[in-house]
Amino acid sequence: MAGFDFDVLIMGSGPGGYVAGIRAGQLGLKAAVIERDKVGGVCLNVGCIPSKTLIHQAELYRSLPALKEMGITADVKGFDYTHVFDKSRKAADTLSKGVQFLLKKNKAELIVGDAVLSGKNEVTLKDGKKVTGKNIIIATGSRPRIIPGFEFDEQKVLSSTGALMLKKLPKKAIILGAGAIGVEFAHVWNSFGVEVHLVEMMERILPLEDAEAVQVLARSFQKRGVQMSTSTKAVSMQKTAGGVSVVIEDKAGARKTLEADLILVVVGRTCNTDGIGLDKVGIVPEKGFIPVGDYNQTKVPGIYAVGDVVATPLLAHVAFKEAEIAVERIAGKSPSPRIDPLSIPGATYCEPQVASFGLPEWKAVEKGIAFAKASFPYRGAGKSVAVDKTEGFVKIIYDPKTKEILGAHIVGAEATELIHELLLARTAELLPEDIATMIHAHPTLSEAVGESMRAVEGWAIHV
Amino acid sequence: MPEKILMIALSPTMETGTLARWRKKEGDTVASGDVLCEVETDKATMDYESSSEGTLLKILLPEGGQAKVGDPIAIVGKPGEDIAAILAEGPAKASVSKAAPLKPVAGPAASAAPAAHSSPGGRIKASPLARRLAGTKGLDLRTVKGTGPEGRVVKRDVESMPAAGGAQAAVRPSAPLLKPGPGDEVLPVSRMRQVIARRLSESMYTAPHYYLTVAVGMDELLAARTRLNAGREKKISVNAFLMAICGHALARHPRVNSSWNGETLLQHPTADIGLAVSLPDGLITPVVRDCGRKGIAVIDAELSDLVERARAGKLAPAEYAGATFTISNLGAAGIDEFTAIINPPGSAILAVGAVRKEPVVENDAVVIRQRMRVTLSCDHRIIDGAVGAAFLRELADMLENPLLALA
Repeated sequence: MAGFDFDVLIMGSGPGGYVAGIRAGQLGLKAAVIERDKVGGVCLNVGCIPSKTLIHQAELYRSLPALKEMGITADVKGFDYTHVFDKSRKAADTLSKGVQFLLKKNKAELIVGDAVLSGKNEVTLKDGKKVTGKNIIIATGSRPRIIPGFEFDEQKVLSSTGALMLKKLPKKAIILGAGAIGVEFAHVWNSFGVEVHLVEMMERILPLEDAEAVQVLARSFQKRGVQMSTSTKAVSMQKTAGGVSVVIEDKAGARKTLEADLILVVVGRTCNTDGIGLDKVGIVPEKGFIPVGDYNQTKVPGIYAVGDVVATPLLAHVAFKEAEIAVERIAGKSPSPRIDPLSIPGATYCEPQVASFGLPEWKAVEKGIAFAKASFPYRGAGKSVAVDKTEGFVKIIYDPKTKEILGAHIVGAEATELIHELLLARTAELLPEDIATMIHAHPTLSEAVGESMRAVEGWAIHV
Repeated sequence: MPEKILMIALSPTMETGTLARWRKKEGDTVASGDVLCEVETDKATMDYESSSEGTLLKILLPEGGQAKVGDPIAIVGKPGEDIAAILAEGPAKASVSKAAPLKPVAGPAASAAPAAHSSPGGRIKASPLARRLAGTKGLDLRTVKGTGPEGRVVKRDVESMPAAGGAQAAVRPSAPLLKPGPGDEVLPVSRMRQVIARRLSESMYTAPHYYLTVAVGMDELLAARTRLNAGREKKISVNAFLMAICGHALARHPRVNSSWNGETLLQHPTADIGLAVSLPDGLITPVVRDCGRKGIAVIDAELSDLVERARAGKLAPAEYAGATFTISNLGAAGIDEFTAIINPPGSAILAVGAVRKEPVVENDAVVIRQRMRVTLSCDHRIIDGAVGAAFLRELADMLENPLLALA
């Protein structure tokens, strides 16, 4: 380390950055994490975590009708969304402090400041102070994408950040973009009685997920009164006295004007690779992403990039893994290179939940990959009937020759937890028969997972 | 039900095996994992461990006999069982059994599958999917190097091996082309010689070769070696230095550490470097794995162990398969410079000549320097001239000034 302040200098304290800091500490490297904003990044402060608090409370609110079946009439007059908001901030703050504690515990230094690369082994902070590192990990993350004509003012035109920071619910909202974020806000706001209109350019909501799984969700949304316009784009927007007026256009070119108190624009994210001094070290981003090799190394020896700044799915858990790979590489260990793209789980927290990894059916068709499929409905698992969560299924896409699991899709209650048994099967290269013959506790929703594996083998019991 | 024991591919390139010695005789009890016989493969003599249990009812292939992979060599069953039906299939059926090669090791087809891969040292660790794939490819898992957790054989390991069946189809032995003239002596050719003939012609005909040569000043490296070896009982070889430095150079030029894979490139994460070792009738290239990240002493220790066992014909297939780069050093044979044929799946090979004292012009004066010529053969499908040149230049710089390897 002769001559350097640190073994590893990490730009950003989001999921990629803080895990890199902790892992570096565990491996005996002297590490520093530089953060210009709140420790924990988007995920902890204005992303995954506070949104899950909102969703949890939305679901409590939605369970009121079930209480009514027991004769309990809840009085919702005192409902105040600011309490819901406060709780989400508390969760974010608790975890942000938790991350600070973990960094400290692992002897990773936290530097508060806005760092820009100023050399192969050096960053310069806003105040002109220079910090050097034998290795540098870029984990500067991403920010909500802006589309022309729909620039955020966070009053009437919200980004996901603005939506999370909202202290008062609108009566009527338009959500532009029906990816995971758009769908989750539709779920929360609809649960609290907001009139929601989801607008999506692709032909269905959650366009990357398996079409059959999405159909279950779309049907449920429809029943709940979430309006959805798919194959539809927003053409223009005007702010009005009461909110916004948005012109949308469907595939056939027919236009319609929607009025609402606000519009939430969640159409993807932009990498924070601008203004961080990449030009100083000769790294040229491709479509905004930093090109990296198998161990997340950039073309500049000693500089690595992880998380949203590289062209892998923009997910916190992908950043976690990439940070581990980069740091282990730096420490001279031999981590398995690169993430198997078919083994990255995705989770959307709505009701019913959607969770998946690997190939959806449409993609297998599109890519011409030989596949077979099998599925098992939730209602075949006794537990789902007992707890009144019969909506949903487990669907498997597999190689017809070897029965290797190529993709799994669960839509239904607890899908985001249930997916991991199947993911373990894939990553450990277990075959469907291994899971089919394993005893699953009765009654559980996991039985549906076991049964889906029997369905692959052609002998599901409870259908 | 009596069961046929088939010849299996005991090395990745094996197509036929010669039965060297039966270790069980007819009437002996056979347990799963027992060594049935010794089979001479294309490169080494291997123990054939049984995947079946029962009594050895009949030996079909006598010692010294040859069998193709997938042909029956013995019958195992319960004592007194009727084997007439199987015997009636006779040798004619042997070619049929090729169609469904290697059932006994095919993996989870049978419920007792894991035992099929047992060995006295413990069971072979392999994922269920890897077992199934090995079954469909007709591969013996014992010949596959595992790269999963704790050395478990996983899908990618099996996928990187050529299929036993496929290899068989690809290499039908060529019919003799020439009629012996008067006085010509027809000499039999060893299995190894056949494999060398096939692999090297395949390489030469399919990989478009080109060659780059540089002369390298060796004074610093040899001086460093002398210093390092002072007081060492076992001297570190020049080849170990070459491997270590090639490992560093490959890490900086990952393109050179790649394989052509039909429509794609496989860029390998570690520099697994083979060294051509000559044997009485042929050669073998034991591989030191991950040279870019090992110290010279470690490389040297591994290399000398591998070379010693290579000369004794005792290498396991995994120890000479899958070199991502190869070094051939004919310096000791007094050769100044030469070109070598690429050793697949690598895409480049370094031909190393002798170190000689030569007059060199430095600062307009002639001085005497120790110099060595190295020639890099590159596969142009992967490595373009400029890429090969950049690699060789950096390699040469590192050899001339070994400290650069650490820079």
